[in-house]
Amino acid sequence: MPKMEPFTETDLIYELVEAVIDLAKRFKEEKGRIPVFMEVCGSHTMALTKTGIKARLRDYIHLISGPGCPVCVTDQKSIDAMIQLSEEPNTILCTFGDMMRVPGSKSTLMEEKTSGKDIRVIYSPLDSIKIAEENPEKEVVFLGIGFETTIPILALTIRQAERKNIKNYSIWMTTKLIEPVLSTMLQSGEVKVDGFLLPGHVAVVTGKQSYHFLVEKFAISGVITGFEPIELLSGIYKLIQLHLEKKVDVLNEYTHVVSDKGNIVAQKLIEEYLETDDVEWRGIGVIHESGLVLKGQYAQYDAKRKFNIPLGEPTQTNCRCGEVVQGLIAPEACRFFNNGCTPTQPLGPCMVSSEGTCAAHYQFMKEVSP
Amino acid sequence: MQQISLAHGEGGELTHQLIRDIFIQSFGHIEQTKFDSAILPIPTQTIAVTTDSYVVKPIFFPGGNIGNLAITGTVNDLAVSGATPHVITAGFIIEEGFPIESLKEIVNTMAGEAEKAKVNIVAGDTKVVEKGSVDGLFINTTGIGFLQEQHRLTPEMIQEGDAVIVSGTVGDHGVAILSARQELGLLTDVKSDCASLNDMIHGLTEEIKGVRIMRDPTRGGLATTLVELCEDFHFTIEVNEKFIPIRGDVQGACDILGYDPLYLANEGKVVMIVDSNDKQKALEILRSHEIGKDASVIGQITARHNHPGRLLLKTPVGTTRGLDRLSGQLLPRIC
Repeated sequence: MPKMEPFTETDLIYELVEAVIDLAKRFKEEKGRIPVFMEVCGSHTMALTKTGIKARLRDYIHLISGPGCPVCVTDQKSIDAMIQLSEEPNTILCTFGDMMRVPGSKSTLMEEKTSGKDIRVIYSPLDSIKIAEENPEKEVVFLGIGFETTIPILALTIRQAERKNIKNYSIWMTTKLIEPVLSTMLQSGEVKVDGFLLPGHVAVVTGKQSYHFLVEKFAISGVITGFEPIELLSGIYKLIQLHLEKKVDVLNEYTHVVSDKGNIVAQKLIEEYLETDDVEWRGIGVIHESGLVLKGQYAQYDAKRKFNIPLGEPTQTNCRCGEVVQGLIAPEACRFFNNGCTPTQPLGPCMVSSEGTCAAHYQFMKEVSP
Repeated sequence: MQQISLAHGEGGELTHQLIRDIFIQSFGHIEQTKFDSAILPIPTQTIAVTTDSYVVKPIFFPGGNIGNLAITGTVNDLAVSGATPHVITAGFIIEEGFPIESLKEIVNTMAGEAEKAKVNIVAGDTKVVEKGSVDGLFINTTGIGFLQEQHRLTPEMIQEGDAVIVSGTVGDHGVAILSARQELGLLTDVKSDCASLNDMIHGLTEEIKGVRIMRDPTRGGLATTLVELCEDFHFTIEVNEKFIPIRGDVQGACDILGYDPLYLANEGKVVMIVDSNDKQKALEILRSHEIGKDASVIGQITARHNHPGRLLLKTPVGTTRGLDRLSGQLLPRIC
């Protein structure tokens, strides 16, 4: 009698991969081409490449990366402004770690820190409030980047500053929203996809309902998924299944954390402190009402109003990160990829960020065998 | 609270008190060390020498402090070279204002770890520098050990099919240090794996002859260590991700921060290449020791070359990808 081995998660992943490939083959038989799906979120890109899912599926499904890496879409002007701010006397800059090596026009925050500027890597925006309290004689500025996932915490940080009556604190707000950038991409018609793997963390805040526009305006499907291999594979499976059944829908495959309406408390917090504005996306340009800025009554916490930092024009680098984040080109199509642009010496943010598409391809997609 | 002052480093009465009340209290003052140099009777055989500096932040962390880290780090460098650790020297650079109680605790921990590892601390040095010149306390150690012919490592014998074994879960020290910095808001109870490996390694090399080479995967983690072995000794290793032991809470913390446990530091783990005929026996011996209970065969040598080799990782979905050494500094991601 053969020895019975326990059924492991790895077995399940393997089975699911085979099921997805079978379904993808049916798609090709029916449509004469392989399906194209976009994973919007940078963490999805990293998970899909690191686990080998992208490499394993590449002959059957074209998975392209979208604009959901917050570091990658932060415009160079904001980084240049932060570097200028670091030169102000009596200033402490706080930022998330993966912003440190993003090149501005002349240097990076990391290079400025090495040359003696007081720039601190923090893990939560709330830590920057603590730093402001501990250094009342200094101005503390936080580079507030991120999507809907991080934005409520930025609002909460302002609330804390307000309640504690902290005067030496402000945020250089450069947040982005998912819906406007997806709409802009779909309206342009340049990116042709059969569906979206939708960002689970954003959906925790905004809810499943925030993606109905995909069906209503663009007749395209999306599946909200988590970040584990099984969750991602299930999401891809469901997207193909919807096509084969000739249905268009937004499905929630992350139900243990994402509700239909999202996190109402977080949404109210955003509404209280922030309002939409036209903001610039690196490599894409200005998108109408695609970001959140502080409302006028909170101007004292707005670093853009508090400091008179002139916004210059970014230096042209010929870096093609803007096209990469819109899924218009694969990282390897950029002539600098692994040819002057590597994670050690990145030219653009897609190679810097731990969620960047170029970094993911550099680390996880080369020298792979299906 | 008593604190270290610059006068403690001036060579006078306070220095004398510091050495007498703290260092000699813990380390002892054996006959051979009463000269400007320790005079040691070393048998005429091949010796191994290693030196390292410890600048860990924070100085105290779950599972240890800079003191036992300094001893285990030096002991382990000797042990993985196939040497039996014998003596250690320790140099202290202390920041003015450092609490004497903390110094006592660190020195006691060092003495305890040295006793456990059966090494003597035979020479030392203390310097006190102005506030701001160093971050609390730095320790430099040098270790000397003996190489015994019967425990000789045989990297020249490495061949296809040899097994790659790691002695336990990886990334524990890295996550313990990150959570001890209290900047993460991470509520993990992961302790550093900081431990002296010489007893376990000695037990292994006594029993089996097929240990080809060993390394302790400290900075840069398991992945960087294996990449360096592949490059230095010209072979390709394929490791299987599902066999690499990683604690659930370590993996969870890494997922939140965007770190890879394969690149986080370990301070009580050994990775080794072993003759495939000896792998089961090696695994049994390692697992019979408390610090090797999670030992696992994680992969094998798949090719020998006359050029630097590669480290390949088999993923859960069945693809294989190349791993490089850690590039740059680990930085936490935004979300």
